[in-house]
Amino acid sequence: MSIRTEEMTLNMGPQHPSTHGVLRFVIKADGEVMREAIPDVGYLHRSIEKIAEKVGYHGFMPYTDRVDYVSAMFTNQGWAMACERLGGIVVPRRGEYCRVIAAEFNRIASHLLSVGTMGMDIGAMTPFTHAIREREMINDLIEELCGARLTFNYMRIGGVGWDLPPGWREKALAYLDHFDPIWEEYNALISYNKIYVERLANVGVISTQDAIDYNLVGPNLRGSGFKWDIRKDIPYSVYPEFDFDVPVGTGEFGTLGDAMDRYMVRIREMRESSKILRQALNRIPDGPVLAKVPRNFKPKAGECQVRVESSRGDMGWYAVSDGSAYPWRVHVRTGSFAAMGMINKLSRGLMIADLVTLIASLDVIAPEIDR
Amino acid sequence: MQQLADSLIAQGMFGANPPRDLIYALFIFVFSLIVFLGIAFPFAGIVSWVERRVWARMQSRCGPNRVGPNGFLQWLADGLKHICKEDLIPADSDPALFKFAPYLVILAFTLPWAVMPFSSQLILADLNVGILYMTSVTALTVVGVLMAGWASNDKWSLIGGIRSAAQIVSYEIPAGLSIFPAVLMAGTLSMQGIIKAQGWAPWTWFAFSNPFTFIAANVLYISALAEGNRTPFDLPEAESELVAGFATEYSGMRYLFFFAAEWGNLFIIGAIITTLFLGGWQFPLISNNAVVMNVLQLITFNIKVLFLVFISVWVRGTLPRVRIDQLMSLCWKYLVPISFVDLVGTAAWIAIWPSGNSVAPWIMLALFLAIVVTFLRRVLHYFRRSKMELYLSPTI
Repeated sequence: MSIRTEEMTLNMGPQHPSTHGVLRFVIKADGEVMREAIPDVGYLHRSIEKIAEKVGYHGFMPYTDRVDYVSAMFTNQGWAMACERLGGIVVPRRGEYCRVIAAEFNRIASHLLSVGTMGMDIGAMTPFTHAIREREMINDLIEELCGARLTFNYMRIGGVGWDLPPGWREKALAYLDHFDPIWEEYNALISYNKIYVERLANVGVISTQDAIDYNLVGPNLRGSGFKWDIRKDIPYSVYPEFDFDVPVGTGEFGTLGDAMDRYMVRIREMRESSKILRQALNRIPDGPVLAKVPRNFKPKAGECQVRVESSRGDMGWYAVSDGSAYPWRVHVRTGSFAAMGMINKLSRGLMIADLVTLIASLDVIAPEIDR
Repeated sequence: MQQLADSLIAQGMFGANPPRDLIYALFIFVFSLIVFLGIAFPFAGIVSWVERRVWARMQSRCGPNRVGPNGFLQWLADGLKHICKEDLIPADSDPALFKFAPYLVILAFTLPWAVMPFSSQLILADLNVGILYMTSVTALTVVGVLMAGWASNDKWSLIGGIRSAAQIVSYEIPAGLSIFPAVLMAGTLSMQGIIKAQGWAPWTWFAFSNPFTFIAANVLYISALAEGNRTPFDLPEAESELVAGFATEYSGMRYLFFFAAEWGNLFIIGAIITTLFLGGWQFPLISNNAVVMNVLQLITFNIKVLFLVFISVWVRGTLPRVRIDQLMSLCWKYLVPISFVDLVGTAAWIAIWPSGNSVAPWIMLALFLAIVVTFLRRVLHYFRRSKMELYLSPTI
């Protein structure tokens, strides 16, 4: 006699605690083992690209914060760079340095959130609060810089909104002195924990070829062992002036390209960001931070594509101008959307608990997927 | 109990010819209420306060600190709040089972208190099969949890319930096997008998009497954590995977029942291990006054139990959760064989040294202290490196 069995269809999200915002997955599960997980995106679609066509070049800047609210500096920078490319504007050097400083602080904050939630999704609550504690201090610094803690709206077309406040440089350096040992403490707290390594190693393995084929970017791509960083390979801003490494996955705990590799890449990138920050804070030149840009900014007709290395990887900003005060078309290409495309393939044969690990290790942010 | 009831009947308190069975039933009812409201629930509350405060400090948070001194009465406020809430029952659930499941869980949590040896005289019933009774009634939890998972008619709850059943049934085996080394040493199943076979000094405790019992105590602690659905084995209610596991659809008082049982079980786990391996209430005989001695024994017992509770909170604050296949392989590949070896080893040890080896306890104690010292040195190492003025203010 055979027992009739059938797959269980589980609906994970959009209000599930560990789907990082409003993601939805339809899981076909056989007990604890998944047959597949089908991502269902679009719950956070706010037509941001269409809004750009209605609010003009300057007015769109605050909206870019909402594309990826965890690392809003990069979306700011991407839009500003796209407009500068269209209008042929040269950013003052101090402005570029301010951008790099703000962006790298934001990268640390974003990676802290990512590795913290990674711990929380695995079931360890403590790393999350410790990561958030460090992130709070960065938020305080950024708040002093631009008045906001999440949606920064710091950058402008042609530079940044405000210069560094008096005494901010010393505070930032003091924070970095505090942060470097904390980074090791964090590693001791969770990264080398036996259970943690067991949960992450050999889960969600992405081969280098797959990562390229599926167009993964940023830490997800580098976790698979492919050294590709826009800051190094297609340099923008003043990044060529800084000395930093691009950490890649090594497969030290399991297979190359597993969740642990992506996690370790993020952990190491924080240290590299700290290195860049030290150099930038020590070398920052004097001068204006904002170029002269007409209030009624009308770039001549044309199109451009710029790429920035956001904390979730290569973020492409495509803008078409028809010579009016409003962009004719704007498109954002984000890393999380590409990562979501890979989840169906990766999820086959994993446990339900591993899906949570997988999402956290790909570091998808819901607003960045849908925009 | 029966004597008290009989004497009251003899005094004519219930009339000339009262129905004896009914009066016994009334006594049992009143007494159970006292046990539940007066002993079990407050202990669960205290454990919840300890857990929330300690856990919060480990996470550089404050934790509850408003109700009562240092937030001590927070559990009472939360309990009242939950009782005042609406009792929601999902439309598609199985209402009878859905309502009944929390009572089974709370039953499994209340029954063990009958044999809880607080001191040499403060014990409700010193059953001659005390420890067996304790393990068997705590295993009732699985029925309630499975029932809750099934009756909720929610797939996440169902997975939680099934996980819990698999987990508790599996870990029952190493837990049961690890109890028996202590039973072999004491030669009795009675809680008081096991405690009386040990002394107040650490080297007379069963945990250190030979290597096998030392391992058995650790195996028992690990399996008890798994049975109590505690981190790192909190899969049935894994909130990042299963929302809230079997308790997803529950709210108000019924939800409170599940969590009171979880925290109470933490105390029961501590009590079982304290009784079996850590000398229970044993305290040096410093007074002939029975009341003084009983109070001292009560304090000793509670300190030992709360220390074990603290360790489990510490573990919760440190470790991530294991996956279900890792959970099962830990149980069947490691803990079950180890506990079998322990059982046989203890029996052999007793056969070789029937009256106990005089050197082994000292070696085991030295080994234990060495482990503790190594561990504390590592803790202190990171303690010094962290910025205490920022993070360490325990009275906030």
